[in-house]
Amino acid sequence: MTTFLKTLSAAALAGGIALTSFGAYAQNTIKVGILHSLSGTMAISETTLKDVMLMLIEEQNKKGGLLGKKLEAVVVDPASNWPLFAEKARELLTKDKVAATFGCWTSVSRKSVLPVFEELNGILFYPVQYEGEESSKNIFYTGAAPNQQAIPAVDYLMENEKVTRWVLAGTDYVYPRTTNKILEAYLKSKGVKAEDIMINYTPFGHSDWQTIVADIKKFGTAGKKTAVVSTINGDANVPFYKELGNQKISAKDIPVVAFSVGEEELAGIDTKPLVGHLAAWNYFQSVDDPTNKAFIEKWKAYTKNPKRVTNDPMEAHVIGFEMWVKAVEKTGTVDTTAVIDSLIGVSVPNLTGGYSTMMPNHHITKPVLIGEIKADGQFSIVSQTAGLVVGDEWSDYLEGSKDLIADWRAPMSCGNFNVKTGKCGGAGK
Amino acid sequence: MRASRFVVLFAALIGLLASVPATRAQDRAQDADAAFAELASDNFNRIEAGITALASSGAPTAAPALEAMADGRLFFSPARQVFWKDKAGATFDAKTGAAVSEAPGGLRPVRVNNRIRRALDAAVGSLTLMSPDPAKRRAAAESVFKSRDATAIPALDAALGKESDPAIKKLFAQARAAALLANADAPEGERIAAVDVLAERGDQDVLGLFNTVKGNAPASLKVKVEAGAAAIERRMKLLEGVQNAWYGLSLGSVLLLAAIGLAITFGVMGIINMAHGEMVMIGAYTTFVVQEVIRTSFPALFDWSLLIALPLAFLTAGAVGLVLERTVIRHLYGRPLETLLATWGVSLILQQAVRSIFGANNREVGAPAFMSGSTEFMGVAVTYGRMWIIVFSLLVFAALFVVLRATSFGLKMRAVTQNRRMAAAMGIRTPWVDALTFALGSGIAGIAGVALSQIDNVSPNLGQSYIIDSFMVVVFGGVGNLWGTLFAALSLGVANKFLEPFAGAVLGKILVLVFIILFIQKRPRGLFALKGRAVEA
Repeated sequence: MTTFLKTLSAAALAGGIALTSFGAYAQNTIKVGILHSLSGTMAISETTLKDVMLMLIEEQNKKGGLLGKKLEAVVVDPASNWPLFAEKARELLTKDKVAATFGCWTSVSRKSVLPVFEELNGILFYPVQYEGEESSKNIFYTGAAPNQQAIPAVDYLMENEKVTRWVLAGTDYVYPRTTNKILEAYLKSKGVKAEDIMINYTPFGHSDWQTIVADIKKFGTAGKKTAVVSTINGDANVPFYKELGNQKISAKDIPVVAFSVGEEELAGIDTKPLVGHLAAWNYFQSVDDPTNKAFIEKWKAYTKNPKRVTNDPMEAHVIGFEMWVKAVEKTGTVDTTAVIDSLIGVSVPNLTGGYSTMMPNHHITKPVLIGEIKADGQFSIVSQTAGLVVGDEWSDYLEGSKDLIADWRAPMSCGNFNVKTGKCGGAGK
Repeated sequence: MRASRFVVLFAALIGLLASVPATRAQDRAQDADAAFAELASDNFNRIEAGITALASSGAPTAAPALEAMADGRLFFSPARQVFWKDKAGATFDAKTGAAVSEAPGGLRPVRVNNRIRRALDAAVGSLTLMSPDPAKRRAAAESVFKSRDATAIPALDAALGKESDPAIKKLFAQARAAALLANADAPEGERIAAVDVLAERGDQDVLGLFNTVKGNAPASLKVKVEAGAAAIERRMKLLEGVQNAWYGLSLGSVLLLAAIGLAITFGVMGIINMAHGEMVMIGAYTTFVVQEVIRTSFPALFDWSLLIALPLAFLTAGAVGLVLERTVIRHLYGRPLETLLATWGVSLILQQAVRSIFGANNREVGAPAFMSGSTEFMGVAVTYGRMWIIVFSLLVFAALFVVLRATSFGLKMRAVTQNRRMAAAMGIRTPWVDALTFALGSGIAGIAGVALSQIDNVSPNLGQSYIIDSFMVVVFGGVGNLWGTLFAALSLGVANKFLEPFAGAVLGKILVLVFIILFIQKRPRGLFALKGRAVEA
């Protein structure tokens, strides 16, 4: 029944919402693909990213385009449907022949398009924080790897809140499961005992949190400072935070640090009961920096909405787009192979006042910021790493991946090189 | 000459006498000045030190400044001078407490994080123990209880002597006991006595404290604390059943609300209505619109917003249902597969329409005062929102029951569903009864949306998350039977909540589904099967 419905939805949406292209520069343009869901469950997060890309492309065109040609955005709607992501990616690469694609949000959508981009030798910029354990020649990961988000957040709680007891709560899918596996291994390496870690998974869109929040409260009565590390995704966050407020768990007692809650998600919640709960990102709208302020101004003007917020994946797209533009200018062509090679080492200003560089493992350097939720739905930044952190694609805390590295530069050119066996493709699992 | 010398001497004497309190006051003021300077720092350690210093300085300027800080109304200027604003927005110099006619430019709020907030709570708590406002004294007792700050004990003693309200006095005694028990330097006898005071309170906070103290307590105290902790844990175990039953009832009432409209459209009319969830969503968005209008135009009515939204949601969703029935469904009676596909298409159209009008983001629907907050009932946290939803779902059920059983429309409706041709022969306009029945079911789904907007996201996807559950409830309860829907919703809710602690949320849900599949194998018509000829029709 469900498969039937799914196929039907794919068919209906593929037929119903066809691609929209902008501008009529059929001849002399460089096409840029935008692969974000504009309908379905993920539209809530991904629509914004499409808008950011359109803004960046418009701006680049005002500056005279790229290599003397105008950029043309090709927007497709994969409708939150993972197989449809692969179809749309194929369409972008074969039919529209885009020079680069910016897109995907969930890990499963990325996994779904990965073989397509590798087969057709495309370029994908992936802007969302993810679980790591991957490095593809054709994908550039501008979001955070676990060591750029999860681990610094846990470190912050250990040092500043003296937390010794941990609840790892997540939605039941690949990102929370892998992240929690890494965190569990990391916490144990720091001397946290197994009985001081509680792991809890919930289905997508879970809305009745009474039992789980009561469990968390009970777990917190062991006389040790307790914190919740939340990889709860999307819509399930709102009822979760509401229930925390209802059961009077304040951030002063049991702080919750979240990896998927940003300014955009908080826009739909009354944030007063949440003041003090934390989020770890590489960017916050409240970053006090002139480039950021200018960007926010531009964004509000572009969307004609003075209340629009900015968030971390948006910054990732800004960085990714700048990097791609710079690499294309450097090589003087949009040829994928050449651009992929020249992207490594490209360094562009990020919105937090520093520079982000594309590393040989196709991940970028970023600062890690910890913010506390304020009553107005913004974050007050309480901690920032002194320098930039390099994204670590293969976690050092997992058995199967600690010996692996990725380096896409010429002699090695490998996404999972095993330093123990000295062979490429040596996934140690 | 003599007289003048005498005067000088006298003056000197007075000066000497006066200077003793004067220097003390000066010291205080200096302490407070130094503390204020710390507050303007960027370093959380210094800010925390500043709060502690300010609280113990005893300066009269400390309390208003710290209270303002707890509210986020304390600022510092680029010159590191500290100011606070009152709730009306007037600016005061924190050092002198005097109003400032013009606020200096470039004011930044004093930085806070969770650690600072805890220090602040403790400081404000110990400063407001003697406040004339009983609510403030109560809050102060709670924050001292949580901070377990040994330096607050003298202030607590003083407050205990003055307190006349027995409930607050008890809280003070508990706060004092917590501070004593947590303080390893306190005399052992007093700490043991403190255990008794706390054991009487016996909640999770006390359990946490007992577990903290247990680790490095002297032998006699340890025995006592462990016994106390064990007693609390025993009671919590007993309460677990009550708690699960309550949570289950609450989940069941949500299921009931979501399913009850479907019990009409699917249960009574036999239409597989995949757009049922979207009717719920339309109800939730109606609530949002009503609240927006109230927020902008009639803020005083906010507490009534849900009541105002109820009839509007019923009418809006009902109207959409009526249009849907007249334009699509009536052409498809007796063709369940086509109805399923068509209504499912309609659900996608409605979702995308709402997404285009209101945007893809969640919309915030506020809770009126009587629905926010919670109370503790026998150690189980009872949230008012959930409680009202239980009451509301039962009211909706009762109202629907009355409509079906005691009104002429209900009679016609039952007549049409039982024997359409006979009903038509008796002069009932069956197409209109069909349309109105479908509108009624949709309208009730809309009402459910008003309630669900309180506990779930108001987003275009709201309905999707309820559609499967709704069908599950109706099928399990027995198609065409309202009592079955009630019983099925509540029992599924309770079963789910009793499974969750053992199996986890994911597996718990799967187990319930497996159970229903097996159950339907045995009794294909559900719990309360309709009997007689109506079944065959």
